[in-house]
This record gives sequence, structure tokens and C-alpha cells, in this order.
Amino acid sequence: MSGDASLEVSGLAFAYADGHQALFGVDLTIGRGERVALLGPNGAGKTTLVLHLNGILSGGIGTVRVGGMEVRPGDRETLREIRRRVGIVFQDPDDQLFMPTVRDDVAFGPANLGLRGPELDQRVAEALAAVGMTEVADRPPHHLSFGQRRRVAVATVLAMRPEILVLDEPTSNLDPASRRELYEVLDALDVTQLVVTHDLPFALQLCPRSIVLSGGAVVADGATGDVLADEALLAAHRLELPYGFDPRSVAPR
Amino acid sequence: MSGGHGHALYRPGDSAVHRLPAHVKVLALLAFALVVVATPRERFLAFGAYAVLLGVVAAIAHVPARVIVRRMVVELPFVAFALLLPVVSQGPRVDVLGLSLSEHGLLTGWNILAKGTLGVVASILLAATTDVRSLLAGLRRLKVPDRLVEIASFMIRYADVVTGDMRRMRIARESRGFEARHLGHARVVAQGAGALFVRSYERGERVHLAMLSRGYAGSMPLTTSAASRADWLRGAALPLAAAVVLTAVML
Repeated sequence: MSGDASLEVSGLAFAYADGHQALFGVDLTIGRGERVALLGPNGAGKTTLVLHLNGILSGGIGTVRVGGMEVRPGDRETLREIRRRVGIVFQDPDDQLFMPTVRDDVAFGPANLGLRGPELDQRVAEALAAVGMTEVADRPPHHLSFGQRRRVAVATVLAMRPEILVLDEPTSNLDPASRRELYEVLDALDVTQLVVTHDLPFALQLCPRSIVLSGGAVVADGATGDVLADEALLAAHRLELPYGFDPRSVAPR
Repeated sequence: MSGGHGHALYRPGDSAVHRLPAHVKVLALLAFALVVVATPRERFLAFGAYAVLLGVVAAIAHVPARVIVRRMVVELPFVAFALLLPVVSQGPRVDVLGLSLSEHGLLTGWNILAKGTLGVVASILLAATTDVRSLLAGLRRLKVPDRLVEIASFMIRYADVVTGDMRRMRIARESRGFEARHLGHARVVAQGAGALFVRSYERGERVHLAMLSRGYAGSMPLTTSAASRADWLRGAALPLAAAVVLTAVML
């Protein structure tokens, strides 16, 4: 299946230097163009898994393949290509947006890939248009609202034309309107997405498939509607739906 | 926003001075300052001529005089020092308006005041016509070490974020009834500063992760274009004119 899979993780196990083991043999495959939610309580190993996808963390056992290419942390050339293919949007946009203007920040990734001149400008314009933030290109990131910064953060990785977009808690700290706008932006993107989130209704709205990670292992993998309707599963892994929300009351996508 | 994020000094415009590449302007400023400093303090006429030259640059750049005067406030401590010198200096004394002042002190004070003011006004003109981003790119062009430019760039980007953290910590302290009333409370404030340092350090690590994830390999990509010969000639106009003035008064 390696030909049309965006992401293949097999037998991934990892322990931090202080001895704390975060992952115990994770297996998952995400096909090209799929949208998958990664659910799990705090401390389940979600962030650890995400940082393995582009080779920031390594040294455990198991393999990660992105679009058929294996992540080999020692190999600088493949690592550069892996980091182009895996676009991670971090939780705090202030960590992600570090350049003086929005335009510079969106250009940072593609410029590191060696793009210059009109080709680079084209990439930046394309990425900002995709998140509807073209008009703020020349403003400094700290003058934007939180929701705008989150969308610009998405643009910074879109500009690298990733194989897979990985979003870490994309709806945290957003007001309901910004949350809906972000949904519309993500829904319109034609790229494989892995959405790490505690926001179960958002997962249901955006992702047809969900994977539950708990205690460093995959404990469930299926249609989001089915996963969220399994009350015993949710209770066993500290996942909770918001008060009054019934996943069966909305049509599955 | 506090306005302390470094963009407040820039006055957007499209004059010949604005369009000049930043590194050309930085070098022109440096050369001008060197000429000014090299001028003997007794050549009063030369300093007047330098002031006129800066006036011409300000006019071309459309920077109004009141903006320059308002920003010259940063120079006040030096002005105070320069005014003090004629009173406290030793040596032969002269009477000015009934005050007995030191001749040597008068000249030294004038020297500091004249050269300092010219330097400050030239810097104000640079800051008013160059946005922070081009200034940083200009410094890179001038082969200022990448690390220093990156540190300056991050400082500008994160000044607001860190002051925001600081403000929230102060509000949280005060909301729980804390008021710094005597020296014993310095400990609490110091702990706050320590926590702020740790937080900023951790943010630094997260920013670095985000940079690595987008292909950062040790140096920022350079995306500005080089200066043309015409740019260099235009930039050289100010220091060259100043050098001509200096030569004229020395002959």
C-alpha cells in the first residue's frame, strides 16, 4: 500500500532520556487525501508521535514512512525532504510565527527549500490565499488576532506543499466563529490531514476517520461517528463529549 | 500594543531615501558620523554645514522637523552632561551672562553636543525611512554575523509576547492581593522574573522546533536583492558632501 499512503507508522516505540516510555509499538496507515483525527487523553503520547513524523524525535524502534520515504534521522538529505512533506502546525501560533512580517514567515519554509524570486512570491501568495489571509501579508504577526495567527500558521506549512498536514490542537483558544472559519479553511484544502485534538465535535465535523491513542498505543481506529458513539471506549480512555452533544444526532460525513 | 515593538519609529513613505537599500543607508550613516567626529571642534562653520546637509536629507525624505525634534528627546541625558561641563571643568575661565565658566569645559561641552546631535539626527532619519525588516536584511548584507541578526529579529518579534507574559503574571499576582510595599516583597517580584525567564527559554525551544520543522538548517534564507551602482552613488551623496565640507574648512 506504500504507493498511495501518505503516512505509514509501524511498530513505533520510544522512551525519553529520563526513562519515561511514551510510545509502545504504534501502527497506523493514512491513505493519500484522507482526513484522520488523532484522539486521546493528555499524556497519551500524541505529541511524541507527531514529533516522530518529521524526525524531530528519534532513537526508539519502528519505522515512519511519509509518501513511501522512510524517516532516517541521521540522513540530512532525506530529513530535509521529510520536513517538506510533513507540515506540522504547532499549537501556539506565537511559536510558529517568528519572522517580522506574515509574508516573511510564510516564505521561510519554501526559501529553506531553495525557492527564490517570483516562484517564492507565487508560493507565498498561493498559501495565504488558501487560508484567506492575503490582505495581512505585510503586517507583523503580533498585530493579528489569535484566529488570524492560527490561519497564517497553517499557511506557513501549506507554502511547502506538504504531503500531509499535521495540526496539533487546531481549535484550542479559538472563539466559536474563528473555529468555524478554521474548519472552512481546512475543509477546502486538498491535502492529507492528521488532526490531533481534544475537540471531539470538531473531529466529527472534519474527519471521517478517527484513531484513539492511549497509554502510548492505538486502542481504536474507525469511522469517527462509531468511535464517538462507543461510550465504553470513551470512558476507558478519558475522552468526553461536551454536555448535551450526541454524535448520533448529526449525519456522518 | 505598547508601541515598543520597534515599528513605531518607521514612517512609511516612498521617497528616494526610503527606496535606498538599507545596507547602503547604514554605511552612509556610518561614513557621515566618521566625518563629523573627525572634524575639529573649533570649526564651527562645518557643523552648521552638516546640519544643513541633514536638513536636505530630511526634506527629500519628507520627515517633518517636529518629528525629528520630538525624537531627539533620547539625547537629553547627554545634553545635561554637556551643559554641566563648563561649570565643573578646570582651567582659564570666561564670563558668559554673568556666569564664570571654564573655557575648556565650554569647548568640550559644545563638542559633545554638536557631534552627538548630528549623529542622533542622522540615526533618526535612518530609522524613520527604513522599516525594521529591511534594516535587518541590510545588516545581513553587511555581513553582520547571522546569529546577531537573528537575535535582533527575534527580540523585535517576541518583545510584545514577553511583555504580555509579564503583564499577565503581574495581574495574576495583584489579583491575589499582592502589592509591592516594601523591600521584602522584592523576593516575589524576583521569582516572577525567574519564571518569566524559564517561560521564555521554553518558548525559545518550541520556536526552534517549529523552525526545524520547516527546514531550518542553520541560517536564515536571504531573499532581498543587492544594491545597484546608482543606489551606492545616491547613498554616498551625504557622506561625500560632508567630506567636502570638512576638506574646505581644513584648508
